[in-house]
Amino acid sequence: MSEHHNENFITKYIFSQDHKMIAKQFLITGMFMAVVGMLMSAIFRVQLANPGETSVLYNLLPDFWLTETGALQPDKYLALVTMHGTILVFWVLTAGLSGTFANFLIPLQIGARDMASGFLNMLSYWFFFIATVVLMSSLFVETGPASSGWTIYPPLSALPQAIDGSGTGMTLWLSSITLFVVGSLLGGLNYIVTILNLRTIGMSMQRLPLTIWALLITAILGVLSFPVLLSCGLLLIFDRSFGTSFYLSDIIIGGEALHNEGGSPILFEHLFWFLGHPEVYIILLPALGIVSEVIAVNSRKPIFGYKAMVGALMLIAFLSFIVWGHHMFMTGMNPFLGSVFTFTTLLIAIPSAIKVFNYLATLWRGNIRFTPAMLFAIGTVSAFITGGLTGIILGDSALDINVHDTYFVIGHFHIVMGLSAIYGMFAGVYHWFPKMYGRMMNKKLGYLHFWGTFICAYGVFFPMHFLGLAGLPRRYYQNTAFPMFDGLSDINDLITFFALVGAAVQVFFLFNFFYSIFKGPKATQNPWKSNTLEWTTPVERIHGNWPGELPVVTRWAYDYSKPGAEEDFILQTEPLREGEVEH
Amino acid sequence: MDEALIKDHKTAWKGGDLPYKASYGKLMMWFFLITDALTFSAFLASYGFSRFKYQDSWPIAEEVFTHFPFLHGDHPLLFVALMTFILIMSSVTMVLAVNYGHKMEKNKVILWLSLTIVGGIIFLGSQAWEWSHFIHGLAGSDGIFVPATLISNPYGLPLFADYFFFITGFHGFHVFSGVVILIIILINVIKGTYEKRGHYEMVEKVGLYWHFVDLVWVFVFTFFYLV
Repeated sequence: MSEHHNENFITKYIFSQDHKMIAKQFLITGMFMAVVGMLMSAIFRVQLANPGETSVLYNLLPDFWLTETGALQPDKYLALVTMHGTILVFWVLTAGLSGTFANFLIPLQIGARDMASGFLNMLSYWFFFIATVVLMSSLFVETGPASSGWTIYPPLSALPQAIDGSGTGMTLWLSSITLFVVGSLLGGLNYIVTILNLRTIGMSMQRLPLTIWALLITAILGVLSFPVLLSCGLLLIFDRSFGTSFYLSDIIIGGEALHNEGGSPILFEHLFWFLGHPEVYIILLPALGIVSEVIAVNSRKPIFGYKAMVGALMLIAFLSFIVWGHHMFMTGMNPFLGSVFTFTTLLIAIPSAIKVFNYLATLWRGNIRFTPAMLFAIGTVSAFITGGLTGIILGDSALDINVHDTYFVIGHFHIVMGLSAIYGMFAGVYHWFPKMYGRMMNKKLGYLHFWGTFICAYGVFFPMHFLGLAGLPRRYYQNTAFPMFDGLSDINDLITFFALVGAAVQVFFLFNFFYSIFKGPKATQNPWKSNTLEWTTPVERIHGNWPGELPVVTRWAYDYSKPGAEEDFILQTEPLREGEVEH
Repeated sequence: MDEALIKDHKTAWKGGDLPYKASYGKLMMWFFLITDALTFSAFLASYGFSRFKYQDSWPIAEEVFTHFPFLHGDHPLLFVALMTFILIMSSVTMVLAVNYGHKMEKNKVILWLSLTIVGGIIFLGSQAWEWSHFIHGLAGSDGIFVPATLISNPYGLPLFADYFFFITGFHGFHVFSGVVILIIILINVIKGTYEKRGHYEMVEKVGLYWHFVDLVWVFVFTFFYLV
């Protein structure tokens, strides 16, 4: 990879091979998809509060999605739920989060000029981009996009004649996910080898910032689990289009018996959740990595228990591969096997608790600076605790049966992985914005954004636990159709209110982000007084990161408030003083 | 690792260390093979899942694959054993190509790479024959042949045919891509690209892929034909 060279518009902004530009491409695409996904949730929340009525928000939808009276069609409600899940899980919190911060931070924090293969990196973004186009195009298909939930369980998803959404929309969904997997594998391979092979002199694994550790483990999880999703999807494509019976058996549809025999939809669930559970940690770990960095910097203290943090990451990653059965307690699984999965699932509480206590210990008696990034980082830890507690209930096979497929589950996973991860992503954007664009974001708008989001998010997801305990199932178009749920309609109205306000609050962020790119105050080289290598690069973006020689690392990333030092931070490049012991 | 490669790396990156004494390209190939291994594992595990469910009625491979080109009579698994032998031999020739690459002997690399390609092509041809024989099917009681397809299987459960076509097809696709890549590499060797570069690491990387594809076949062969 050459150092900085002349670039024209196309090589700089479109087919860029510079990791910093690719990171921004991922960020902007991810933000666009986040807005789309959020609007979808706003629309179906309106439907749940005012079932069967019309709304101004529905003007955003294609006409043929509405009934004659202007209400949302029931099957399109399911399509919205499906697309909301797909977009948020894969597009925003996988590609948008990992893609942005792995690309941006890995070379900068390990002292490399770029990713191992700039070309593959560019390819990874463009696979993702095409996947995005294919997914979005399914919104405009006559029969509507995929509607069988983001988990696309067969036989519903495997039979085009079953529902409208299993037709062309499902085919596009599967094609799009296949492209997405290829893109994320290319990215993941690049992240791993870059971290292992291109660290600068002195940057041993024990000196890596925890962000990089988290991104490394995330990439390894992705490389091990996404191929299984690919296999799972390919078998489904064959069932749908070529008449095989991998997932199908003894089906009678419209009075006609299908030829399929011998397959099992449970097989699909096994394959899907073998990806699906590690996927939760693919989403969460980068956020935890970002949080580690942001909390240490803004507490002006070394991160507590560095080695325990790395060990906990590895343990979480390992355990995530042997817990997938807890998504399948209702499939008629042998109760003994269920108890094994319960055991492994509850084991995850140990490394998770290690991480949480280490964050709290880092904050303890720190010289805390409440920047917007810091607030969001603490928000991540808080949401992780709240959501983790309900995880203990859901991970237990006996308790899970009572709340399976209810709003309790929705509340749980939105808090533990949705909120935690999106807060981590916000923390990362606020923290590294000066490095990305050379300008500062507005602090006051950041505070408004944080408190608005925080209050509304709890307003949305906390009451859902009560709905779930009352037995309200997820994915129902109209809760008022059942008299037993009549008493719950006030809570539903409340949730919708908070959802709409919460969506509106994001305008603060979007405005702040785009305004600051052009008009924000100019950033200094190291605005947060941080130790890591990215703050030794010039403010102006150059391809190659460092104008001269690569920096040489002599200490770990967390020398904050070290006794005997002049300032409360010491750059990783600063040599050890005479007689100084490394942490 | 080759001295030349280290030099390459140093000039490209202005320092930095290589902790695993392997270039990033080779490391990337290893990790790619891990992803591919998991893709195949998922297919083979699904196969096991379905076969376990129908242990009693699952067709026995020895009774299905009994033909050998130009020979009459019963030769259970003889043809597939020959195919497997050819593919494993192509791994041997690949090892020799990599070996002579280390020694920078261009002509011998060309020879052994070409033989590897020939082995791969013979394997693909054999698989085509095996498939066409299986698709041709079995004569029913009325004397009419019932073909094996993705939706029917005269030898028993259709699921057997589904997995057979899918997994051997997916493997065959890997062999096919391997042959294409080997041909590209061969052209580069003949043009002297790697001689100029000072090392034959590309040959080594493709070699890793080729051995992996062979190894996968050993598993496919075991699970489909032997067990």
